[in-house]
Amino acid sequence: MTEPATTPAAAEPGAPQLRLPDVSKLIVSSSPHLHDPRDLRRIMLLVMLALLPATLSGVFFFGWRALWVIGWCIGAAIAVEAGCNKLFRRPLSIGDGSAALTGLLLGLNLSASTPWWVCAIGAALAIGIAKQLYGGLGYNPFNPALVGRVGLLIAFPAILTTWVKTAPGQFLADAVTTATPLGQWKLGTLPLDQVSYGDFFLGNLPGCLGETSKAALLLGGLLLIALKLIRWQVPAAYLGTVALITGIAHAASPAKFASLEFHLLTGGLFLGAFFMATDMVTSPFTRLGGILFGAGCGVITCIIRLWCNYPEGVSFSILIMNALVPFIDRLCTTGTVFGARKAEAFA
Amino acid sequence: MSKLCRFPGGVHPLYDGKDLSAGEAVRCPPLLPAYIVPLQQHLGQPGEWVVKKGDTVKKGQLLAKATGLLCVPLHAPTSGEIAAITTCPGPAGTHVPAVELRGDGRDEAAATLEPIPAWESAAPETLRDRVRDAGIVGMGGASFPTHVKLSPPPNKRIDTIILNGVECEPFLTADDRLEIEATDAVLTGARIFQRILGAARVVVAIEHNKPDSIRAMRDRAAAFGVEVATLPVRYPQGAEKQLIYAVAGRKVPAGALPMEVGCLVQNVGTAAATAAAVLQGQPLIDRVTTITGRPVANPGNWRLRIGTPLKDALAFAGGVTGEVAKILFGGPMMGMAQSSLDVPVLKNTSGILLLGPGEVSPYTSGPCIRCGACADACPMRLNPSDLGIYIENERFAEAEAASAMDCIECGACAFACPTRRPLVQHLRRAKAEIAANRRAAAAAAAAKK
Repeated sequence: MTEPATTPAAAEPGAPQLRLPDVSKLIVSSSPHLHDPRDLRRIMLLVMLALLPATLSGVFFFGWRALWVIGWCIGAAIAVEAGCNKLFRRPLSIGDGSAALTGLLLGLNLSASTPWWVCAIGAALAIGIAKQLYGGLGYNPFNPALVGRVGLLIAFPAILTTWVKTAPGQFLADAVTTATPLGQWKLGTLPLDQVSYGDFFLGNLPGCLGETSKAALLLGGLLLIALKLIRWQVPAAYLGTVALITGIAHAASPAKFASLEFHLLTGGLFLGAFFMATDMVTSPFTRLGGILFGAGCGVITCIIRLWCNYPEGVSFSILIMNALVPFIDRLCTTGTVFGARKAEAFA
Repeated sequence: MSKLCRFPGGVHPLYDGKDLSAGEAVRCPPLLPAYIVPLQQHLGQPGEWVVKKGDTVKKGQLLAKATGLLCVPLHAPTSGEIAAITTCPGPAGTHVPAVELRGDGRDEAAATLEPIPAWESAAPETLRDRVRDAGIVGMGGASFPTHVKLSPPPNKRIDTIILNGVECEPFLTADDRLEIEATDAVLTGARIFQRILGAARVVVAIEHNKPDSIRAMRDRAAAFGVEVATLPVRYPQGAEKQLIYAVAGRKVPAGALPMEVGCLVQNVGTAAATAAAVLQGQPLIDRVTTITGRPVANPGNWRLRIGTPLKDALAFAGGVTGEVAKILFGGPMMGMAQSSLDVPVLKNTSGILLLGPGEVSPYTSGPCIRCGACADACPMRLNPSDLGIYIENERFAEAEAASAMDCIECGACAFACPTRRPLVQHLRRAKAEIAANRRAAAAAAAAKK
């Protein structure tokens, strides 16, 4: 380091061309002055990006009808959100992308044959009842898209369980109705010799338009985990519990209960495990809580699928576990404060 | 070299801005015609002026004397005349007592303190008194009187001294440059601390993003019997409790001081100032400060006299080239925003950071979406989400039960929050409320007796 200068300034530090900040434009606020660029809107966009493969697979297998259903759900969700903002005299919140994401998730949880007005009612239930009546984003105890779907299932059971045959890459305007493998298994009409787990994995089976392709959902789910937008503990505990229970049940009684692979690759399990049970607002705060939550979802899904009248139980199980989140959070706290234990001995 | 530990939480700003000034060697700016020197530049009770208007002083001459244990004296940054005993805007936004010193341009030094060349055999008390008499405080930002930290009660033994060269605040490079250019001074200061405390181990801690500092320290450390610990880049790596855990693997108990686990942490700048005070008898009248940010014409590092007004400091860096939205004293994570260009540089001004309009985003206090980013970021393993909700609803007792007082106010939670909730701001408010409640309760208990 050089010695401090001992001569007076040669040039006055106020020379003509020197530009100093305009004090009147200075913002004064408390620290921190930097933020993680990942804000709410970016999170919502990234989750929608992770749903892109499932959305595209829906269009590939079910044709342009899939886009029609998703479009109505997203449009209605945004419209209802804006309407509620106005009604409740709150600032417009459609810019954060959360309403659009709820609409997209609702659309992916419906059959491609769903009429537009049913989509709109579902979006109104999801955004109006499940989200805005509770106070908007962050205050809803139940997953809005699932409230929309289950509300529709109760109100319009026939429409919600009308499934169409897949027509890969044919983009047909009309479709042939059929039953889902889970429904056929329940009725004992599943032609087991025609079951192809490869098709099930890729998405070539009847069902909700966003739930059929496990490959696309896995891709999106892994993206969410890699981006740390969801915690892997929730889908892992969910899928693991379902595999465990259905595996044991099948081993005990193969004629009565379908196999582990069948249960993993049919229905809405992947969509539920990676995208619905992991909703930040309605799932537990901690990783340990996430494991309990995922396992609980798995147990309830299996109970419904194996022993109840409904062929599928993913939506119900997640909504039931949503109700338990405050208790799980009380049970699984963030842990001991750093240094809260007694001083560790040192030599 | 013992194993390094990883403290919980922490955040990584994507761009640390250190490239703007890290390559710039420390420059010594020309003398200014006038300096504004605030009376209180340390944590504790204020000193007392020993000069009056019209007095002539020499460089390093006493301006204010210490009034108690938690106080340090203040010295003149140059020779000249006391133009006024006045007030000036301080970095915290209030007006504070200060002297205006009109320089005579001669920069004549006063012989206030005798050098102690034989410090290695000097009594610890002599060295500790020198640290106090030179007006040395923690120069990393806390400005806690250093001699107090060097005076543990007799039943507390300090066995490890950690020199904090981490500089985990983005944009700041003053400590980095000091480690490179004044390696021996930093290490000598560390040895003086060791002499005072009789500690067995001295470690210099530096983050991986300062390869030149690490090389410089590694080259010289062995000659001084000092270890070099290189730490991963993670804010707040330089926070006292986190640094002690990283380097020594010891957790400072909640509410306790580092001496509880036998550790002492000192900033590298404080060590260099201590070496100058002991070897040259030089009181603390200048420091290395980074002047940086995208709007700054020539970002770099300067050895600024204490009392250099902000506008003159900016002039040394060539002024600004773009719009300025924020001026910070300190780094972007914990620095204080300024509203006047007349604020003077203090003993703890590690950096002057200017941010442009595009680099500043407002707090919106959106809803908590329970994403958990704040809890993942908290280096104290608190739950800022719950705490923020308690405090918004004035539920201070619950905030206290949820360990609000353990918050170190690093701001990692507010940095991480995707809905821009002012979490650390809530916690600062709660800590003040809880402390006031505790004082009131203690006063009430005392009144009963």
